Amino acid sequence: MDLENQKRVKDFAEQYGPENVVVLLGAAEGEASGLAAETVTNGDPTFAGPLTGVQLGLKVYHVCEPEIKAEIDPAVYEEQVSMMEMVLDVDDIVSEMTSIREQFCKY
Amino acid sequence: MKSVIKGAGYILAHTPDMVLHNGTTQTTEMIVNPESEYLKALPSHIRTFEQAVNYWPNQVYIGNKTPDELAEVPQPWFDKACDINDRYGKFGQIMPQEEFILLMQACDVFALVKLEQGFVDAHREALAANPMIDETIMARIPAEQTAAEEIARLVAEEHSEGLYHNGVLVGCVNRAHDIDANLSAHVMHENLVSKASSVLSLLSGIKNAGIDKNDVEYVIDCAEEACGDMNQRGGGNFAKAAAEIAGLNSASGSDVRGFCAAPAHAMIEAASLVASGAYKCVAVTAGGCTAKLGMNGKDHVKKDMPILEDMIGGLCVIVTADDGVSPEINLNMLGRHTVGTSTAPQDVTTALVFAPLEKNDLKVTDVDKYAGELHNSEILKPAGGGDPANAFFKMVAACGVKRGELERTDVKTFPEKYGMTGWAPTQGHIPSGVPCIGFLRDEIMAGKIRNAMVVGKGSLFLGRLTNLFDGVSFVMQANSGAEQTGVSEDEVKGLIAKAMKEFAATLLAQAE
Repeated sequence: MDLENQKRVKDFAEQYGPENVVVLLGAAEGEASGLAAETVTNGDPTFAGPLTGVQLGLKVYHVCEPEIKAEIDPAVYEEQVSMMEMVLDVDDIVSEMTSIREQFCKY
Repeated sequence: MKSVIKGAGYILAHTPDMVLHNGTTQTTEMIVNPESEYLKALPSHIRTFEQAVNYWPNQVYIGNKTPDELAEVPQPWFDKACDINDRYGKFGQIMPQEEFILLMQACDVFALVKLEQGFVDAHREALAANPMIDETIMARIPAEQTAAEEIARLVAEEHSEGLYHNGVLVGCVNRAHDIDANLSAHVMHENLVSKASSVLSLLSGIKNAGIDKNDVEYVIDCAEEACGDMNQRGGGNFAKAAAEIAGLNSASGSDVRGFCAAPAHAMIEAASLVASGAYKCVAVTAGGCTAKLGMNGKDHVKKDMPILEDMIGGLCVIVTADDGVSPEINLNMLGRHTVGTSTAPQDVTTALVFAPLEKNDLKVTDVDKYAGELHNSEILKPAGGGDPANAFFKMVAACGVKRGELERTDVKTFPEKYGMTGWAPTQGHIPSGVPCIGFLRDEIMAGKIRNAMVVGKGSLFLGRLTNLFDGVSFVMQANSGAEQTGVSEDEVKGLIAKAMKEFAATLLAQAE
């Protein structure tokens, strides 16, 4: 995850409390989603950014996961996300995200 | 007037030592974690020049192999030597580091590049033997060079940026000002690499287009670097600076910037300048970028792959007035992502691909080939970057499904039929649509395809001035033949004769 984004996530977690923050991803495939999710839960796996060694354990979802889809107005989802749903390997993304949440999510 | 694509040049320079000393992934690591395992492991993952030449995607980039041929080769590609291992190709060449360092000195007009005497003596002949390099360029490399001790002192005491070959300090780039950060040795090094690779691209493009250097009236540079001093950071002008070294004495030029979308913007601007009649011949050029060398190196090393981002890329496209045969750029079919367009992928795809089609009453299948991001996916997959080329074609297909122009089952087959396998080095602006112009020109000229849409996209948030996304697209199509200019010369003569006859008759009538 981009170093600047890591810093922003860290700042928001401090400002609002980690239990009140949900990180929503839009990455193009499973592995990239997993890496970003790991960064905001267990810390930066590349040991490069501000979240290195910082285990925020935040709630983190991909926009194509059913939990998030259920929260969004179907018309908006259709307009903004449905095309990418066709393109992405949603099953792979869901499995990566679930695995990371099960291991590292604290909330 | 129509504008046509007369030719294209694509070059690479293999710069393994610059991976370590100038790639930001490595230079950042040296600051934050100088003892890291990655930095220790890196040298054993560096490719030799032969390995870089044997690499399939590199042979595609210089035109010795086609993207379709690459698609037949299963990944990994790095462990399979291509059956063509020529450093020269149809579109350009792969230049070894030692020649490239000499070329950098030839491109330096402020005596900032200092090279060790023995290094220059050992490699001068090799550069002189390069078919793209003429005596004028060779004459720019001084006979008398610098002693090794002096170079070591400049790097140690004067903040000069070292130039290394096979791990040995063989030269340096000096700062151009004592305190101006925009003229620091680091920035000058970056800009001279961009300039030198742009010069080589221009020379290749001009040769491939079969035009004279003096035919070029305007050069547009669309790389990602900025040159200027502290009072005008990014003032420019890379285009004219490179044109000078390339010997384009009749040309002026300017720079276009727009991150990865810049080359597509530059193509539309070049086509418009020619179509308007302002200039008859415009060269679009871009040099490469040292900062991106080894960008995904950590993941390559982690997966025990060679560092694949060891290539500086460059490209040049020559756009001229209609020659009756070369593919045209259709300026009535331009896509553009506007300020008001959202960043949702389907809105982006609609704006860039479907809006121009709709304007011309065409469907997605009326264009034979699409070209978006053409990154070599072998570089990106290990870092979780996926396959952007394939993803773009799928997005076009999915958008086509939503518009009722394609079936859902077409999404899987669309990339193979209407797209291409990506091969371009991850040099930012280099992979965005334009690397295929050479191949598309060939296929259109051979009658294999009728037309193709080239899409350039850019991430503007990187400059921290806007969160907007950006992109433009254009269509190249088979030449439609001689233009109808209204009336022929004979017709004009006939009309004048008729008018004069009538005038004479009027005079006679008045005299009578």
